[in-house]
Amino acid sequence: MIKFEDITKIYLGHGENPPIKALENVSFEIKEKEFVSIVGRSGAGKTTLLKLLMAEEKPTQGQIFFEDKEVNNLKPGQLPQLRRKIGAVFQDYKLLPSKTAYENIAYVMEVIGAGDEEIRRDVPLILEIVGLTERANNFPAELSGGEKQRAAIARAIANRPEVILADEPTGNLDPYHTLDIIRLLLKIQEMGTTVVLATHNKEIINRLGKRVITLEKGRIVRDEERGRFIL
Amino acid sequence: MITAIKRIFKLGWSSFTRDGGIATATIFILVITIFLVSLLFLFQNISQFLISSLQEKVDISVYFKEIIPEEDILNVEKELSQIPEVKNVKYVSKEEALEIFVERHKDDPVLMSSLEEVGGNPFLASLNIKAWEASQYQKVADFLEGPRFENLIEKVDYYQRKPVIERIFSLTSAANKAGISLSIALVVVAILVTFNTIRLAILNQKEEIQIQRLVGASNFFIRGPFLIQGTISGILAFLICLLLFTLICWVFSPKIEIFFPGLNIFSFFTKNFWTLFLIQIFTGILLGIISSTIAIRKYLKV
Repeated sequence: MIKFEDITKIYLGHGENPPIKALENVSFEIKEKEFVSIVGRSGAGKTTLLKLLMAEEKPTQGQIFFEDKEVNNLKPGQLPQLRRKIGAVFQDYKLLPSKTAYENIAYVMEVIGAGDEEIRRDVPLILEIVGLTERANNFPAELSGGEKQRAAIARAIANRPEVILADEPTGNLDPYHTLDIIRLLLKIQEMGTTVVLATHNKEIINRLGKRVITLEKGRIVRDEERGRFIL
Repeated sequence: MITAIKRIFKLGWSSFTRDGGIATATIFILVITIFLVSLLFLFQNISQFLISSLQEKVDISVYFKEIIPEEDILNVEKELSQIPEVKNVKYVSKEEALEIFVERHKDDPVLMSSLEEVGGNPFLASLNIKAWEASQYQKVADFLEGPRFENLIEKVDYYQRKPVIERIFSLTSAANKAGISLSIALVVVAILVTFNTIRLAILNQKEEIQIQRLVGASNFFIRGPFLIQGTISGILAFLICLLLFTLICWVFSPKIEIFFPGLNIFSFFTKNFWTLFLIQIFTGILLGIISSTIAIRKYLKV
């Protein structure tokens, strides 16, 4: 379903700063309905990897395929189609600042053209799943870090995407909520969605017992079917 | 598609009502711009009116010797009216000249008593000539100064009036040009300020636009609400401006009429209401839409 072929991403430094090699010759494949964790230290290239898949950035070299389509060859007009199939939980949440929690979730459903009735039915349900029912009418600026993160997760699953890309989705959550979210991701995956989870939470990885890709300084150093957190 | 358009309207309206400060600033700037554009239109017409009424007043008169019979004068009138440069010729007889003088100065006892002292009718019969343009008066004067009329004409008052006539014409054309270029400059500045205000308002929304791209919204769906917002601002600014303009024309009309008799800006306003209406609404909406379109384009590249 997702294929990275020999991907290198170099960020050009500003002025005197040397260029940064974020990813170097990375190749891997993710099958449909798989649950894959990507682990590594900060700066290992996890977020870059996810950004490349969203076509938020372009690779310096190599090809990325999503369902046989080369992502970096898509025209700007075709990008929305790709992104509607992906539910992303961004590390910095990326909630729409001028819309309430409810509207943030409703927005992604409006984008895919869901009916008004469906939106009225689903959004409260999703808010309940992530425990934000009481915060439905608050703006992102009025939410705590954990609440924002949960709102971001709610938004990522709202349009029933084929893939969920979660970049540190539990970074700001207490252990109680962390467990809930991981259970939720597992459940979504069981129901047939591919999940890509980038994290450096050792406990979660060791508990999951799923495939783990370990990145170090932009290179894949391990890719194990039932991986553990080893750095 | 219909759902999408409905949603675009809803999103546009809600961001308009939520961003009170920005909406107010945008509308304020738009009001100023629309107002300037309308003023440009109004001044253009007022100055046209003033210039033509000034030009109306310019003429030269030929005074005939006392002994010349009316017939001869009427012959000269006929000849004059055949010159292509002459707009019209009006014959003023001795009696009429006296009447006009009495009518004009009846409240001035000094002048009236001196008229009595002179006794009889001291005025000469004359022809009042208007040309199409100031430069043409010279030609008319030359024609009258020719040897044919030497025995008939007492004097042509062109040379006394010449400097005044030329001054008026050069002044009005200069005033007209200066007025137009100044107003155009003002309007250009106002449009740039509007564009910049809207651009800054949208710069605030940069993050929002980029996130919308990342969650898969099409450019149409992102741009739509901004255009709706721009249109609402444009329409509101237009309404405010129309109200303001009506009020100003209504209040100042009598005062301006004191200075320039015959110039009634309120009736001018009502006569040109639809032209003004179109100018204002188009300036408002087009400015709103064009500025937001240009400003958003930059952020849609994610």
